[in-house]
Amino acid sequence: MDFYIVAGLEVISGVATLVLVAVGLAIVFGMMRVINLAHGEFLMLGAYTAITATNAGINIFVSMLVIAPIVVGLLGIVVERVIIRYLYGRLMDTMLATWGLSLLFIGVVTMVFGNTTSGISSPLGPVTIGSVSTSGYKFFIIAVTICVIVGLYILFKRTRFGLIARATMQNPDMAATLGVDPNRTYAATFGLGAALAGLAGGVIAPVTGIVPTIGVVFGAKAFITVIGGGGSVIIGTISASSVFGTINQVTSFVSTPVMGEVAMLLAAIILVRLLPTGITGRFFKGGI
Amino acid sequence: MTGKMNDIVSSGLAGSLALAAAFLMPLFFNDWELLQLMIYVILSMLALSLAFIWGFGGILSFGHAVFFGLGAYAYAIAAANFGETTLPLLLSIAVPSVFAVLFGYFMLYGRISDVYLGAITLSLTLVFEKFMNSTAGPQYVIGEARLGGANGIPSIPRLNVPGFPDWVLSTSDLFGLCVILLAGVYIGLKFLISSDFGRIIIAVRENEMRAELLGYDARKYKLITFVIGAAIAGLAGCLFANWGGFISPKVFALSQSIQIIIWVVFGGVGTLVGPILGCMLIQWFTTYLTTVNIINKDVVLGALLTAVVLLLPSGLIPTIQRLINKIRLPRNTTARIAVEKAESRP
Repeated sequence: MDFYIVAGLEVISGVATLVLVAVGLAIVFGMMRVINLAHGEFLMLGAYTAITATNAGINIFVSMLVIAPIVVGLLGIVVERVIIRYLYGRLMDTMLATWGLSLLFIGVVTMVFGNTTSGISSPLGPVTIGSVSTSGYKFFIIAVTICVIVGLYILFKRTRFGLIARATMQNPDMAATLGVDPNRTYAATFGLGAALAGLAGGVIAPVTGIVPTIGVVFGAKAFITVIGGGGSVIIGTISASSVFGTINQVTSFVSTPVMGEVAMLLAAIILVRLLPTGITGRFFKGGI
Repeated sequence: MTGKMNDIVSSGLAGSLALAAAFLMPLFFNDWELLQLMIYVILSMLALSLAFIWGFGGILSFGHAVFFGLGAYAYAIAAANFGETTLPLLLSIAVPSVFAVLFGYFMLYGRISDVYLGAITLSLTLVFEKFMNSTAGPQYVIGEARLGGANGIPSIPRLNVPGFPDWVLSTSDLFGLCVILLAGVYIGLKFLISSDFGRIIIAVRENEMRAELLGYDARKYKLITFVIGAAIAGLAGCLFANWGGFISPKVFALSQSIQIIIWVVFGGVGTLVGPILGCMLIQWFTTYLTTVNIINKDVVLGALLTAVVLLLPSGLIPTIQRLINKIRLPRNTTARIAVEKAESRP
């Protein structure tokens, strides 16, 4: 029994991590039809921001949950103004330009922090369930993910910003006619996506060894999750993360973690082939 | 000058240049210098293979290095088992081609394109990287060859003259072979592109629906293009394994695939000379940066890719061509307007 609880917790926290990592990219893709291949590097920068802030004596939760998203979100707005805005409607060019950006970030961070592993220790101790003990930090990740998802739902469905954002994405000209500045909406949305990447980076910093190239793997995972999920931001991310995260964790249990990743990637290949518009292109249409 | 004449002239030029380089350069350079130059030639062939499937077939693969790596591994494993290297050489082309047929059929017959094709090919290269990295154990053996996990396969035997297992190519022979093969691939692609087949794949790239309405099965033509590109990449992989005598899962890394894309973007998508020049310039520059060690090479490469996409979207060679035309043709003549019209086509 205890084993199943721990295994279930493992699967849920795997799925939650994937949701957290991918949701920022999903917002940018779902709302703006832009794939930001530097998403993983935004996450990496969030992790380094959290580590640097914590080492400077700031409370670890503040640096993970507040400073990392703000710093990376501001950087995201700069990137949107300087690069992305010239490339709207040119999906492949955006991918190439942001891929270049990701290399640039990796190089800069390598020059600043060196090609070594940095990290901070996990602020939460172990938790005992029955006879097995597991990391309490897993519950923290799950809680953060739930807060993010609920927060985004409220933001997009219940606030003025959400309404304007959805209207701009549906029809920018019409929104502009009604007095909305589409440029500001695009910048804000891209900044939000980047901030969420920064948050994800901050949250995973205590449980992962952070190296300058860590974003490559996370970025790739986020990319296939978003493509697998399709156009709807929240439902798409959750459904694709559930499929991929479960396959990854279950295969890791019966085999090795490497095979878990391989199984997940193969699942992604097959899923995209079978449902080219993603899960939400076929099911749950029209959701957010 | 008509298109066919143009092809013959440029092919003759490429062929004689290659022959001259193959026979003359070993007289002036020692083996170490030849090895330094050889890698540019091998990687240029890899650049050409992506230039063909992306620039002419319209298929942008984010995992093109997979075929390069497959060719290299196929050669390394087969050479360790057979000793004589004629069959391994053929296998290094056949294995990636067969894989490309299967994988291309799976993708292209599902009408996967753009960003979705990107996601699939990116996943593919990650699968290969992760799997090959985990093959360190002694159970991962194919015949005599141990896959070796992250350490890769060392001391791969060099090519020998077909039928003479003891007549192994020297460094200058191998250099000559690489140069001639590169020219051969270039000339072959040049003629392929101006053949009927080439016209059809360009038509498919420009407008898939229109090509289909004219009766061409776009999926079939895309698949053939994809397989030809994979075969060339496999050959380049074989030469790469020969060059270093060593192969590791690093070839499957994402950074390897992005490298190829950078060469092609920089040189100019839709040309063949561009990617070769792009590859040589960027590789030379990267090597230079690593030697002087002032600034991380990723910073420069990344900035370069972003800048080219933003400022020079058509790439180096097309931009230079446009500048030359601007100088050569006087203002507002019929010829000039015709050229500009032709260039403004997407």
